[in-house]
Amino acid sequence: MKNYRRGLLAGIPIALGYLSVSFTFGIIAVQYGLSVWEATLMSMTTVTSAGQFAGVKTMAVPGLWLDMLISQLTINVRYSFMSVAMSQNLDKKFSGIWRWIFAFMMTDEIFAVGISEKKVTRSFWAGLITLPWIGWSLGTFLGAFLGNVLPASVMSALGLAIYGMFVAIVVPDMKKEKAVIIAVVIAAVLSTMFTYVPVLNKVSVGISISICAIVSAVVVAILFPVDDSDDTNISDKSESEVRNDMISGEVSKGGAV
Amino acid sequence: MTHTTFFIYLAIIVISTYLIRAIPFVLVKNQIENRFIKSFLHYIPYAVLTAMTIPAIFTATESVISAVAGFVVAVVLALRGKSLTVVALLSCVAVYLVELIIRMF
Repeated sequence: MKNYRRGLLAGIPIALGYLSVSFTFGIIAVQYGLSVWEATLMSMTTVTSAGQFAGVKTMAVPGLWLDMLISQLTINVRYSFMSVAMSQNLDKKFSGIWRWIFAFMMTDEIFAVGISEKKVTRSFWAGLITLPWIGWSLGTFLGAFLGNVLPASVMSALGLAIYGMFVAIVVPDMKKEKAVIIAVVIAAVLSTMFTYVPVLNKVSVGISISICAIVSAVVVAILFPVDDSDDTNISDKSESEVRNDMISGEVSKGGAV
Repeated sequence: MTHTTFFIYLAIIVISTYLIRAIPFVLVKNQIENRFIKSFLHYIPYAVLTAMTIPAIFTATESVISAVAGFVVAVVLALRGKSLTVVALLSCVAVYLVELIIRMF
């Protein structure tokens, strides 16, 4: 329950960011001919910004089913990398059916928070995805139903929430690890090029982010491979040592309260 | 668009998006031992987040000035070790205040 609550808290900035992004999606979806309920249903079942925006555009054309499939796969392929990375960071009990159930909420933002946790438990993940899912669905409904109700100034400010959170995840680790600085610089330069350099800026956002991220991570992984010894230490630890760690962890937390 | 057409499109979107997320999530059960892949997976979050943040953050608000203000506030608070929620909310507040000032002039 403590983990669930901690997850809920961590999900607040994501939910706020989603509320404003999905609000925009709701407005656009209706403009492209979807009903309020169709737009809301789409957000409840999909939870992916770039994929949904591309989806309603394809529906409006209307595009071939194959077009829809290919564009969805290319835009969303980055989630596969995130899922592989996340799979390494899950608690033992977070397995089997639970992974099938909870995989649908693997978004950029959820991934970002999940990966910065030490080991993600089922209840932390469940807490983490609760408010963002509500925010994403509710924002879509409100956007589709009401159009622009929030004052522009508030919408504008909320637009920064998600990015502020990303900064909060990346910057502290730049202080700890020099290699992270290199990864950040490479990704930032490439991504800026994909935004402003002619021809490159024609590449869709979903694909260009995947390219930037993969190039940056491959280069840094070759130049600065992670230290193997840390992880072997963890896996070499005997059961009792791990249990002791857990107990002392509990004690120190109890002491803080 | 009829209801049937909508639901076929929706099914394509939902199923493809779900499987792309779920298959690697479920199938990769063991700890990966390969050092290069471990390193790659260690750095990929930073790379993804940076690529999504820069330069998009500078056009996320009504003016570049307020976005820069929000960005600077976020970086400073993050360096001081504030939590994700605090950093995100206060950088939004910074954007709101700077835009308020901009509108006054």
